Amino acid sequence: MKRRSFIKTTAAGAAAVTAPAIWSEAKAQARNETLLIVNESPPNSMDIHGVGANRPAYEVSWNTHDRLITYGAKKDANGNDHYDYTKLEPELATEWDLKPNSVTFKLRRDAKFHDGTPITAKDVKWSFDRAVTVGGFPTFQMKAGSLEKPEQFVVVDDHTFRVDFIRADKLTMPDIGVPVPVIMNSELCKKNATATDPWAMEWCKNNTASGGAYKVERWQPGQEVVYVRNDDWKSGPMPKIRRVVMRIIPSAGNRRALLERGDADLSFDLPSKDFAELRTMPKLTVVGTPIENAMTYIGMNVTQKPFDNVKVRQAVAWALPYQQIMDSVMFGQAIPLFGGADNKSKGIVWPQKDGYKTDLAKAKALMAEAGYPNGFETTISFDLGLASTNEPLTILVQESLAQIGIKAAINKIPGANWRGELLKKNMPMIANSFGGWLNYPEYFFFWCYHGQNAVFNTMSYKNPTMDALIDKARFASGKEYEDAVNGFVDIAFEEVPRVPLFQPLLNVAMQKNVTGYRYWFHRQLDYRQLAKG
Amino acid sequence: MRPLLRHARYVMAENPVTGLAFGLFALFLLAAILGPALAPYNPLQSNVAMALKPPSAAHWFGTDQLGRDIFSRVLVATRLDLTIAFASVVLAFLLGALSGVAAGYFGGWTDRVVGRLADTIMAFPLFVLAMGIVAALGNEVINIVIATAIINFPLYARVARAEANVRRESGFVEAARLSGNGETRVLLGHVLPNIMPIMMVQMSLTMGYAILNAAGLSFIGLGVRPPDAEWGIMVAEGANFIQSGEWWIALFPGLALMLAVFCFNLLGDGLRDIIDPRMRT
Amino acid sequence: MLNLLLSRLATAIPSIVGVVVVTFMLTRLLPGDPAAYFAGLAASPQAVAEIRTKLGLDKSLPEQFVAYVGDLLSGNLGNSLSTGQPVVTEIATRLPASAELTLAALLLAVFIAIPLGVLAAVKQGTWIDHVCRVVTTAGVSLPVFFTGLLFAYVFYYLLQWAPAPTGRLDVFLSPPQHITGFYLIDSALTGNSETFWGALRQLALPAISMAIFSLAPLARMTRGSMLAVLGSDFIRTARASGLAPRTVVFTYAFRNAVLPVITVLGMVFSFLLGANVLVETVFAWPGVGLYAVNALITSDYAPVQGFVLTMAVLYVALNLAIDLLYGLVDPRIRLDS
Repeated sequence: MKRRSFIKTTAAGAAAVTAPAIWSEAKAQARNETLLIVNESPPNSMDIHGVGANRPAYEVSWNTHDRLITYGAKKDANGNDHYDYTKLEPELATEWDLKPNSVTFKLRRDAKFHDGTPITAKDVKWSFDRAVTVGGFPTFQMKAGSLEKPEQFVVVDDHTFRVDFIRADKLTMPDIGVPVPVIMNSELCKKNATATDPWAMEWCKNNTASGGAYKVERWQPGQEVVYVRNDDWKSGPMPKIRRVVMRIIPSAGNRRALLERGDADLSFDLPSKDFAELRTMPKLTVVGTPIENAMTYIGMNVTQKPFDNVKVRQAVAWALPYQQIMDSVMFGQAIPLFGGADNKSKGIVWPQKDGYKTDLAKAKALMAEAGYPNGFETTISFDLGLASTNEPLTILVQESLAQIGIKAAINKIPGANWRGELLKKNMPMIANSFGGWLNYPEYFFFWCYHGQNAVFNTMSYKNPTMDALIDKARFASGKEYEDAVNGFVDIAFEEVPRVPLFQPLLNVAMQKNVTGYRYWFHRQLDYRQLAKG
Repeated sequence: MRPLLRHARYVMAENPVTGLAFGLFALFLLAAILGPALAPYNPLQSNVAMALKPPSAAHWFGTDQLGRDIFSRVLVATRLDLTIAFASVVLAFLLGALSGVAAGYFGGWTDRVVGRLADTIMAFPLFVLAMGIVAALGNEVINIVIATAIINFPLYARVARAEANVRRESGFVEAARLSGNGETRVLLGHVLPNIMPIMMVQMSLTMGYAILNAAGLSFIGLGVRPPDAEWGIMVAEGANFIQSGEWWIALFPGLALMLAVFCFNLLGDGLRDIIDPRMRT
Repeated sequence: MLNLLLSRLATAIPSIVGVVVVTFMLTRLLPGDPAAYFAGLAASPQAVAEIRTKLGLDKSLPEQFVAYVGDLLSGNLGNSLSTGQPVVTEIATRLPASAELTLAALLLAVFIAIPLGVLAAVKQGTWIDHVCRVVTTAGVSLPVFFTGLLFAYVFYYLLQWAPAPTGRLDVFLSPPQHITGFYLIDSALTGNSETFWGALRQLALPAISMAIFSLAPLARMTRGSMLAVLGSDFIRTARASGLAPRTVVFTYAFRNAVLPVITVLGMVFSFLLGANVLVETVFAWPGVGLYAVNALITSDYAPVQGFVLTMAVLYVALNLAIDLLYGLVDPRIRLDS
């Protein structure tokens, strides 16, 4: 290794100083048993229920806590591990009895928290109560599965826990396996609770009260999290990796260099071009999994002129430089959502291709029909935090739109303002992405196209016919369900308030000796299945 | 004027580096004025088929991610970068020189207020203050100018104050006062013109700093809007491509940036020598 | 001496008050809504309102200001929302990282710039003088973000001379026992040579990037002040009495020329401490600059305020220290005051 010889020469250069033992035996040993992950952004909490807990915090929570149940695995089209939405498997619960009005879980008898306290049903109840009570994201996510009130959670005995249903909801069971309903050490938390903070939110921000497969050994906020394996873990097969270090490296270029040099083991968060190139390198493995129920799109605000006119929206859809975006912005690292045979739904999958492709003649004709033969001026906005993709993307879109007379100024909005701007709903045109955890078309449509006008319906699109179809799909099944889905997809394509561009991939690059990577719907890394060497 | 010119020629001969700086300055001025006319390609026109090509006879500085010609972009960016820097320096001068001269001339509470204001601004970490101002006022070029002017203000105010203070009791001021001029008139008509040469030096010295500051802000993503060409933003775009071997995207705008700042710094030194032989060290 | 100290402090206090007010106003002007940001994407307006109340953002500006000043007086700078930690502890743990980097850069710059300045002054007007001027000016003309990127690419990626730009220490080394917070000093004190070398290697590139930037003011001031001293009467006398040129330059002139350089040194240090934001980003250096920028981007008020305030206090304290130092070194100043 060249580095080593460099060190020797520097050491020799500083002759008088005692030669430093840079590569001590212990360090080499540590290197082999440690997985080094380099990422862009740090967790802001150890507690997934905390106010504003971010995505990296979900990853901490996922790996340090148990949930009652988890999802099974399958192989995807490329032979990579992929979580299986249809298979619920035991984690802390060994078995469960699902009845129409309730579900009863039997808990593992030998499971212990990291501090040695046995895990019992009262911990489970305390944790579920906490999730539905503290408000914000956890409460909201629990509600998505009709888990709303503490009275629903019943301790039958030390190792038996029951959830009573308030309504029949096909999302209740899946929702118990998402990252939110983690099992926390209730005694430890209560010890650190105060009168004003009965759920120990303050303490849990910096401490884990958990019993999962990994323990947090050191957390330097903004810099790194170091985990060690919990050797007493009982809720699944013993993880192979003893130590995990997650370091924050803000510069994407440096993350790539670390991977290429073999200094880091694994990284998400790289530009598409880097993944495209790393893919061709023999010493690295790159796994790209289509992100379920997700798309990057151009949204138009239908409450504003001229985008209230469906012809204008269609003109935009026929004018976008789809293939150029795929080639020059995404470097092929995405799944095209354009250029299908027509604008009809092709079945119960989402996202799927629409019938638009770049056809400027058609776009110009539609602009003329809409009464804008000379075009108009508008602004296209995007989140500055996603500039590495969205900046070249919007520049291409801007150029393309100019050819049908639309003069679009580009507005970069700093990440902090972006959400505020989305909530205000007055940006005329945006480049944005959305993805839902739960992989159902109607889940996506409920958030993005429904007249309830959630924040994700960035176009403020309202159409009673579409609302009726979405509502029907949520509770129907069989043929009725399929008709409803096909119905709302057709409307979405015809009316195009948002023009789908592509389905993004969740890319991860790792050293060849790292194996066992599994794609999860929450898009965070699960350390428990990984192996090295 | 003639002795000044003679002195300038003397300084040039004495100090070839200043000559070099003047040459560079002329070059940048030319690029700023004629840039768009000289550019071989449209700096905004993408050409996806030619994306990420290394420097060649057709594209001297290569092409970027969208196939735009980097040479044309670097050339055209000159105008925007120099305009931002120049505008902010002029603004800082107007604010700083006027308040500084008044402070130095009148003394008393004017002096205290201006002095405190300058001290307060100097106590800020200046780049972060500039970031905060642009973030607060909105993502526009004009706000980069304002932010840069504000952080440069104390430099001007201090120099102007010191110089005005020295001249307050001097003969020509006394004469102007005795011939019946009001205080404001003396200040603007006599004291201010007298300290102009020193302020000019200050301006060319801070030009370089202003360029760096503006480029730093757009490097972080504040200010200049795409697809406009600007050196800082081009370096930021290119930064993502350095590790994959496309070094030219960041290198050339970075060099242009460096050369421009270099030129203004040398120029400032040189001007100081010419205008104020006394301060010549 | 004490009087001088007190009068200096008295003039510094209005500046600090000004900084507190301006920072408060500026952060409130930032268009981002922290409540919307931290409520998460799926938040209902009601959830956003809840968080706003929790953060105290529903109160009027004067009320917020009073609360803020009250907290300040009790030494509480608030909590960072993006890292979840109290700002005071975060700045305390990050400041040594920035200070170590800045001091290392400054030390390096001093060792290069002062000899250059002396040389330029002694050889005034020759090509050596011009080269010194061009080299130092070129240094200050380099955008640090650009030099940093270039260095990381060339010295880590291409040549493999430098370690991976992963912060203050290689991942597989553990930080030394906390004594001063400066890794180099702490590891030297505890005799941990492995950590010492690791820290030194990590420090090299960012420190060099910053040192290059600070050469010019130091060299320029050394040259100017040397020239002034070399032209003074006592040097003429010394030369006339036949002392060796070397003795004249180093023993007599340099000693007297060093005072103004100390002033510039202090200025440069406080300037660099605030300005190394971009270097810290490029090298993943866990200092206060990186912390402040991230906070600014997410409209996280507390860290921005804390950072600015810390820097302002440091600036004032540093100037004060320089004044006092000056007074100690140069008796004339003490008489004046």
